[in-house]
Amino acid sequence: MAQERTLPVFDAADALVTREEGLTVYEDMVLGRYFEDKCAEMYYRGRMFGFVHLYNGQEAVSSGVITSLRSDDYVCSTYRDHVHALSAGVPANNVMAELFGKETGCSKGRGGSMHLFSEEHNLLGGFAFIGEGIPVALGAAYQAHYRRVALGDPNADQVSACFFGDGTSNNGQFFECLNMAALWNLPIIFVVENNKWAIGMAHERASSQTEIYKKASVFGMPGVEVDGMDVLAVRDAAKTAISRARAGEGPTLIECLTYRFRGHSLADPDELRSKEEKEEWLSRDPLKRFETYLLGQDLVKAEELKAIRDRIQQVVDDAVTFAEQSPEPDPSELRRYIFAEN
Amino acid sequence: MAETLLFNALREAVDEEMDRDDTVFVLGEDVGVYGGSYKVTKGLYEKYGEFRVLDTPIAENSFTGMAVGAAMTGLRPIIEGMNMGFLLLAFNQIANNAGMLRYTSGGNYKIPMVIRGPGGVGRQLGAEHSQRLEAYFQAVPGLKIVACSTPYNAKGLLKSAIRDNNPVLFFEHVLLYNLKENLPDHEYLVPLDQAEIVRPGKDVTILTYSRMRHHVTQAAKKLEQKGFDPEIIDLISLKPIDFDTIGASIKKTHRVIVVEECMKTGGIGAEIVASISDRFFDELDAPVLRLSSQDIPTPYNGKLESLTIVQPRQIEEAVEKMMALQI
Repeated sequence: MAQERTLPVFDAADALVTREEGLTVYEDMVLGRYFEDKCAEMYYRGRMFGFVHLYNGQEAVSSGVITSLRSDDYVCSTYRDHVHALSAGVPANNVMAELFGKETGCSKGRGGSMHLFSEEHNLLGGFAFIGEGIPVALGAAYQAHYRRVALGDPNADQVSACFFGDGTSNNGQFFECLNMAALWNLPIIFVVENNKWAIGMAHERASSQTEIYKKASVFGMPGVEVDGMDVLAVRDAAKTAISRARAGEGPTLIECLTYRFRGHSLADPDELRSKEEKEEWLSRDPLKRFETYLLGQDLVKAEELKAIRDRIQQVVDDAVTFAEQSPEPDPSELRRYIFAEN
Repeated sequence: MAETLLFNALREAVDEEMDRDDTVFVLGEDVGVYGGSYKVTKGLYEKYGEFRVLDTPIAENSFTGMAVGAAMTGLRPIIEGMNMGFLLLAFNQIANNAGMLRYTSGGNYKIPMVIRGPGGVGRQLGAEHSQRLEAYFQAVPGLKIVACSTPYNAKGLLKSAIRDNNPVLFFEHVLLYNLKENLPDHEYLVPLDQAEIVRPGKDVTILTYSRMRHHVTQAAKKLEQKGFDPEIIDLISLKPIDFDTIGASIKKTHRVIVVEECMKTGGIGAEIVASISDRFFDELDAPVLRLSSQDIPTPYNGKLESLTIVQPRQIEEAVEKMMALQI
C-alpha cells in the first residue's frame, strides 16, 4: 500500500451551513448510499444486469458539488452515474426503472446503468467510456458562453459540472478540454473523483504526477485539492468554483480525494486493494462524518436524521416496486430514437 | 443564375444558414482567421465573429465531443474536418456520442450537427490524406451520411444538413472544389435522402457517388457513341441508401454496376450489393458488378495512385462486358 496523501484540512467552522442546507445535503447523501446498497442487492438477486458501478463512499463529492449548483446548471457523469443522476434531481423511481431496463427508466430502458440521461434535469449523461463525457460537458459550457457573449443573453450563466476519475486524468480528452476551457474561459468545473484505483490499476502506477489538481496550473487554471470524504469541504470548493464560472472568470479543476467502498463494478472481485487501506478509508465514511457534524453543531436532532433515513429507505424501496411494476419497452419501438422524429 | 465554384457554393450555404439561425456556428482547425483550408469559410469569421466561427486547437476528438455537447444543449454546430481523414481521431465521439447517444438516452437528446470536409483520393496526397471514411462510418447507427458532387447539390444538401435535427456526415471531395455551375439566385434545398438520376437510360443502372459520378459521366459519353444507354444514379445519401430510386431503376434495366472510390472490402458498394440481393434479386439479369478502389493504402506515386482508383476506361469496359452477356 502506497503512502496515503495527507488530506487537506478544512475547518468546518468556515462552512456556515444552515439547518435547511444541512438537511438537504444529508438527505441527498443518504439517498445515494441507500440507493446503491439496494442496487447491489438487486444485482445479486438477478434483477439487474450488465456492468453496475456503485458509488458508495464517494457521496460527499456528488452531494457537495451538485447541491451547490442551480437546477438549470449542467451535470455530466461517467459510468458510475447513479448518484450524480439522483443528486441532479432525477427521481429514484426513474433511475431504478432504467437499471431494470423498463420503459419508465430515465433513458427508457435503452441506456442502462452507464447511460443515464435526463434532459429535464440537465443531466448530459452517463458516459461509459473513459473521458468521453468531458468534451460533451465542455460543449454545454461553450453553449452557455456562446449565448451569453455571442448572442447577448444575460441569463445564459449556466455552469457545467463535469465528473470523472483519477484514471481519466491520463487521457488526452482531459488535457485537451482543460486547454480549451482555459483558452476560452468557459463556465465549467472539472471534478476529479480520485478514488485511487482505476479498476486494478493503482493511481501511482499510472500517473507520473499523482497530484492531479496540480495539472491545472499548466493551463493557468486554479486547481484545488479537497478532502473528498468531507462534504463541507467539497461544497466549499465547489461554491467558489461555481461562482467563478458563473461570473465569467473561467474554469476550475477540483481534485477530491475519495474512495469507493466497493469494487470497481459488481463484477470486480476487488482483490488488489489491501484490507488496511479499505479500513482506513471506511473510517472516514463521509455520511457518518457529516452526521457527526450536524449533531455536534446542534443543527439537527438525532431523531430527525433517523426520520430522514427511514423516509429515504422507503423512497428506495418504492423505487424497486415502481421499477418492478413498470412495463418493458414495447418491442414495436425497437428502432425508435435512432433519429430525431422531427 | 450565377456561375459558382463548388467551394463557394458550400460557403454560401453556411453563410445563409448562419444568417438565418444564430444558433448555427462553425468550428474546426483554421476555419476562422485562415478561412478554411479550402476556403469554404472564407470571410465568415469577419462577418460573424470568433464565437460563431471558432478556430479550435488540433484536438479532433475533443472538439467533436464539444460539438455534441453544444448540439445537445441547443446549438447547431458545423464541424469542418480539415481533411476528413483526421476524423479517425474523433471516431469515438462520432460513433458513440454523435451517432448513438440519442438512442441510448431514450430520445432525451437531439444532436443536430454537421461534420463536413474533404475526403477521397486527391493528387498524390499520400495514404492518410486519401481516405474514404464513409465506408468506415456506415455501420454506425444514428448517423446520416451524405456525399455531394456538384456545386448545385453541394449547396442545397449542406443547407438541408444544417437544418436536420440529426448528426450528418457530409463528404466533399478534395478534387471537386473548383467545379463550376450556374446556381439559382433563389434559395433552394436538396433533400438528404434522395438519390439523383444523373442520366436516365434503359440498359444498365450505374450507382455511384462523389467524384466517381464524374468518371461515370465521362465513360457514359463514350458509351453513348457506341450505342449504349446507361442510367446513372448518384446515390447522394450513403446512409440511408435510397432504395426506392435504385429499385425503380433496376426494374427498368435489370443490370447494376456500382462505381465507388472507397475500397472494395466493407465498402458502400458491398452494402448496396447485399441489399439489392435482398430486395431485387428476381429483377436481376446479371450479377451485380462492383468497381471499387484497390484494398491498399493509397500510394504516393502518381501512376500507382491512378491504378488504385477506378478510371473511366474500366467503367466503359464493364458496361460493354455486362451488355455482351445475353440472357
